[in-house]
Amino acid sequence: MTTATPTRRPRRQRARVEKRHSGRDRLVIGLMIGVPTLLVVWLVWLPAIGSVLLSFTKWNGFKFSAIQWVGTKNYVDIATIYPPFWPAIRHNLIWLVFLFVLPTILGMLLAVVLDREMWGSRFYQTAFYLPVVLSLALVGFIWQLFYSTDQGLINEVFGSNVDWYGDPDVNLWAVLVATAWRHTGYIMLIYLAGLKGVDGSLREAAAVDGATEVKTFFHVIFPVMRPINMIVLVIVVIESLRAFDLVWIVNKGRNGLELISALVSQNVIGEATRYGFGSALAVIMMVISSVFITIYLRIVFREERR
Amino acid sequence: MARPDPRESRFSSTLPASVNGFGRRSLLRGALGVGALGATGMLSACGDDSTSGSGSGASAKAGNVKFGINEAKGSGPANERLQAMADAYAKKAGVTVSVNAVDHNTFQESITTYLQGSPDDVFTWFAGYRMAQFAEGGQIADISDVWPLDGIGDAFKKASTAADGKQYFVPVSYYPWAVFHRKSVFEKNGWTQPKTMDDLTALMKEMQGKKMTPFAFAAKDAWAPMGTFDILNMRLNGYDFHMALTKGEKAWDSPEVKNVFATWKTLLPYHQENSLGRTWQEAATSMAKGDCGMYLLGTFVVDGVPKEAQEDLDFFTFPELDASIGSDALDAPIDGFCVASGAQDEEAGKAYIKWLASAEAADAANNAASAPFIAANTAASTAKYGELQKKSVEVVQNAKSIAQFLDRDTNADLANTVITASLQDFIKKPDDIDGITASIQQQAKSILG
Repeated sequence: MTTATPTRRPRRQRARVEKRHSGRDRLVIGLMIGVPTLLVVWLVWLPAIGSVLLSFTKWNGFKFSAIQWVGTKNYVDIATIYPPFWPAIRHNLIWLVFLFVLPTILGMLLAVVLDREMWGSRFYQTAFYLPVVLSLALVGFIWQLFYSTDQGLINEVFGSNVDWYGDPDVNLWAVLVATAWRHTGYIMLIYLAGLKGVDGSLREAAAVDGATEVKTFFHVIFPVMRPINMIVLVIVVIESLRAFDLVWIVNKGRNGLELISALVSQNVIGEATRYGFGSALAVIMMVISSVFITIYLRIVFREERR
Repeated sequence: MARPDPRESRFSSTLPASVNGFGRRSLLRGALGVGALGATGMLSACGDDSTSGSGSGASAKAGNVKFGINEAKGSGPANERLQAMADAYAKKAGVTVSVNAVDHNTFQESITTYLQGSPDDVFTWFAGYRMAQFAEGGQIADISDVWPLDGIGDAFKKASTAADGKQYFVPVSYYPWAVFHRKSVFEKNGWTQPKTMDDLTALMKEMQGKKMTPFAFAAKDAWAPMGTFDILNMRLNGYDFHMALTKGEKAWDSPEVKNVFATWKTLLPYHQENSLGRTWQEAATSMAKGDCGMYLLGTFVVDGVPKEAQEDLDFFTFPELDASIGSDALDAPIDGFCVASGAQDEEAGKAYIKWLASAEAADAANNAASAPFIAANTAASTAKYGELQKKSVEVVQNAKSIAQFLDRDTNADLANTVITASLQDFIKKPDDIDGITASIQQQAKSILG
C-alpha cells in the first residue's frame, strides 16, 4: 500500500492536469491557437498558394472563366525573353550589399558619436532621424530637387551635366544614396537605443582594465549588442527585398532601376493586367525571400537551443 | 502610369507627376499632392459631392446618377469643367448627380479594380483600345442606342466603336500632338514653319549653328517618346499601318518598324541629350527659355511653360516624309465617358452620357472653368478658345486620320510592360534596332498569342 501511493499519486496528478485542460480552458486555448491560425492561413497561405497557382496561368484579372493554364511558360518567358528580369535580380543584390555596407556602418558610427551626449546631440539626433519619418515617396521628391538634370541643385552647383536619374549607369547609385539618407537614420536610432541599454559598469570595467575607446566598443559593447545586431540584419534584408517605393517614384522601375518588386507592380498594378506573369515574378521574389528567412530562422532557433 | 493628357499636366499635383515633372513653380502643388496621395489609396476616397437641382425639364429616362471623374477636387480647370457639367445636368434634368472625384493617375491605375468593384454609373475614360478592351471584357455597357449624337463627327464615332461594331463611349474633348515653338524665337531669327522635311532639316541645322538644340526631348515618363514614334510611323508607313501594328496584325520586327527606328536614329542627334532623366515639363521649360527650338508634344505643353511664354506658342504638324503617304494623319487622343455595365440605373446613365456629348454640356464646362478644353462637339461655342485651341480645331478637322496614341491604341499589357521599356532602350542604344525590335516582337507574340 505504502509503495503504491507514490506511483498512484503522480498519475492522479497528471489526470488532474489533463482535466484542467479539458472544458473551458481547452476552448480558450483552441480559440487562441485556432483564430490566429485561420487568419494566417486566410491572409498569408491562401494568397501565397493562389499566387503560385496563378503563376502557371494567363489571366486578365476579370473573370475566373478567363483563366488559361499555360504551364511553365511564364517562367520560361521571364528567364529568356523578358529583358528587365536579370538586371532586376542584380539590382536587388546590389541594394542588399549596399545597405549592409554604407548606411549600416554610418548609422552605427553616428549612434556611437551621438551617444556621447555632446552639446546639441538631441538636435543632431532629430536631424538624422527626420528622413525616416518621411515617406519614401516624399524622399524621392526631395531628391529630385537635387538630381534634376537641368534644374537640379547638384548640377547647378558643380556645373556638371550628369543625368542622375536618367543615365542607367548612374541612377541606381543615385537612388541608393537617397535610400541611404533615410536608412542611416533608422539604423542610427536602433543602435542608439541599444547603446543606451548597455550596462554602464561594463564600460567602467573596460576603462579600469585600460582598454581604449575603440577596443571597448569592438570587444565589449558590440558583442553585448548582439540582439540589436540581429534586428539590424533582419531589417536590412527585409528593406532591400521590399525596396520599391523610391524606384517607382523615380521612373516606375525602368531604365536601370529595375527591381523585382517594381516588375511585379508593372505587370499587375495599373492598366497592364498580366496577372499570371506578375504572379510568376512574385513567386520568384517569394522564393528568394524564403532563402533569407530560412537562414534567419535557423540562426534564431540555434541560439534558443543554446 | 502617366499619360499624355492635358489634364495630367494640370494635374501635376498627383504624386508621380509632381515628382516626374517638376518645375520650381509646381513645387508647392507637388508637395500638396504628396499629402493627397497619402490620403487616397482607394478610388472612393476623394470627394463625394452631391449636386441636386430642382429644374423642371426632366426628360423621360433621366434619373439620379453616380458620376466618377478622374480629376480630384481643387486640381484646376479640368475638375472645374467636369463639376460644371454635373451641376448643369442636375439643374436641367432635376436629378441628383453624385460626383466621385479621384486623382487622375490614381483613377487610371486603379481602373481594373474600380470596374470590378461597384463603379459609378458614368465615368471618365479614353477612346481607343483602352475603351475597347473593357467593351470586350463586358465591363462597360453598349450605348450604341444613344448614337448618332448631334455635332459629333464620323472620326469620333469610329474612335468610340469597339471591335464588335457597337459604341461604348462618347467623346467630349481631344488634344492634338504637334511640333510647338515660340513665335518670338522664330521671328527674331527669321525662321518660318517648315513645310517639308528638307525645310525642317535646314532649320535644325541652322538652330544648331546658333547653339540651340533643335528639339526638346524628354523620356523619363515612358509614354513621352511614344509621340515621336507615332508621328514617324504615321509619316513613313501611314495611319493604317499604325492601326494594324497596334492591333497586333503587323510584326514589331517588320522592315517598316525598323525603318521608323532607323529614321528616328538619324533625328536623335537633333534632340536634347540625357532625355531619360528629363520630364516633359522640364523639356517644355527648356523650349520656353530658348535653349531648344521646338518640342513635339500634345497641346498640354502650355501647362509646362511660364505664363508669358504661353501666349507666344505656336505649332505646326510634322512634315511629310514619304510623298505617297502624305502628312494628313496625327495623334489626337480623345477623352470622354463610358457607362459601367454594373450601373445601378443604366437608363439614367445613358440619358446623362448622351447629354454629356452635347454642345450644351461642352459650353457649360468651358464657361465655368478658367481654361477651356477643345470640345469634340462641332456645335460647341469656341468663344473661350485661345489661338492655340482654334488652330488645333483646324488642324484636326483637316487631318484625314486621327490616331489615339501608341499606348491608347495598343493592348495595355504590351504597351505598359514592353513598349515603354523598349523605347527607352532604343534611346539608350540607338544602334541596336534589330535587337530591340526582335525583343518587342518576341514578347508581343507571347502576350497577344
